[in-house]
Amino acid sequence: MKTILSEQQMSLSIQRLAHQMLENNPNMTNTVIIGLQPRGIYLSDRIVAALKAIIPGQSFHYGKLDITFYRDDVRKTLHIANATDIPFSIEGQSVILVDDVLYTGRTIRAALDALLDFGRPSKVSLCVLIDRRFSRELPIQPDYAGKAIDAIFTDKVKVNWKEKDEKDEVVLV
Amino acid sequence: MKLSTKHLLGIKDLTKEDIQLILTTAGQFKEVLQRPVKKVPSLRDVTIVNLFYENSTRTRMSFELAERRLSADVLNFAASSSSAAKGETLLDTVNNILSMKVDLVVMRHSASGAPHFLAKHIPAAIVNAGDGINEHPTQALLDAFSMQEKTGRIEGLKVAIIGDIMHSRVALSNMYLLKKMGAEVMVVGPPTLIPKYLEQALGVKVTYNVKEALQWCDVANVLRIQLERQNQPLFSSLREYNLAYGIKQSMLDQLGKEIVIMHPGPINRGVELDSDVADGPHSIILNQVENGVAVRMAALYLLAGRSDNH
Repeated sequence: MKTILSEQQMSLSIQRLAHQMLENNPNMTNTVIIGLQPRGIYLSDRIVAALKAIIPGQSFHYGKLDITFYRDDVRKTLHIANATDIPFSIEGQSVILVDDVLYTGRTIRAALDALLDFGRPSKVSLCVLIDRRFSRELPIQPDYAGKAIDAIFTDKVKVNWKEKDEKDEVVLV
Repeated sequence: MKLSTKHLLGIKDLTKEDIQLILTTAGQFKEVLQRPVKKVPSLRDVTIVNLFYENSTRTRMSFELAERRLSADVLNFAASSSSAAKGETLLDTVNNILSMKVDLVVMRHSASGAPHFLAKHIPAAIVNAGDGINEHPTQALLDAFSMQEKTGRIEGLKVAIIGDIMHSRVALSNMYLLKKMGAEVMVVGPPTLIPKYLEQALGVKVTYNVKEALQWCDVANVLRIQLERQNQPLFSSLREYNLAYGIKQSMLDQLGKEIVIMHPGPINRGVELDSDVADGPHSIILNQVENGVAVRMAALYLLAGRSDNH
């Protein structure tokens, strides 16, 4: 097991991701953050908290999206659905999708399909903590990435969160 | 996680975990049904036939809508307007349909056990949409989902099932499900409409006094008198049934507490349920219908997601 990001590095990366989002849109106007279930929401929770600390008083919408019913491998493995919570319209909004690891790109493909069923956003961008480069099966790239790594397909990248796994860290298993 | 069974023939065959899984998944589908686009692509490579050998409005439409909202291809079959009327056997009809590459069969039949027979002879997965006086599993699941949604729990809930217990597949499926999930069940109706030894067989309470049941329960699930399944007179008249067992608003007013009123439909107004009760503030009858689509989506999704069903 090899550590890719320590707790401190993770915290710095998350701060940077929040700042980069603000660089592109200083007041987060017409911007919506959507975390992907199940594990992307730990990152989106942190980013939203960081944004709120940097720009207190600015409100923006934050939702959670589950993509189970949009997967292309329903018949291979049955996935259990988690809650979707998008109690606002994304019509004409700039949406930032947030997930922990970008690997083949298939989850994001499904997320784009799911997202469009909620309306027509003006723009969709992608934020991930770990970008597994050279592993893509679809033409999807992140707009915000915590760290890019080169890992072969037998490697497993695990992002651990305090809330769930007792410790913040990213490891190669 | 997946269901422990290949088919959904009855609640009797399900484990507590299966039931919990279907109810949880149904909750997620209920959210899908609130979206601007109420449709997901999950089953777009699955073909489902709805085989209805018995009349149905609610259940057939609910299944068809659930299938379409999952993006499945849907075939409809009504026995009254088909080759079954020309004398074709059930197995022949189904094998002919399956040779057109159908993955899942939803079936209603007036003979108890018809879907179980089919399950032994065909490779496709089967969902029982009601077989004779045996089971109606998706109705029990949507009843449980609605109870849980309204009261926040199933375990420990006191549920009275009122009416024609003998001929009701809804009653049997509900009793199996509620007992498995840890609820308390009391059945009430005329002695001629309650099977003997029910107490010993299923562990439910039995009473012939409707007021006692209403006083005891948190939820009253009121059933229709299944006249079409009674081949001998089991009570003197519908009017007398209403006087003895019909639920009236005045009875609810005297309870000193609020209870939830449910009915699987179709209602015979003025027989088992008076109109002011059916349309009253404690009735969740139309919520049951709404939840039916989400629950059936969950059952179909979980069955189609088993790799051995393809």
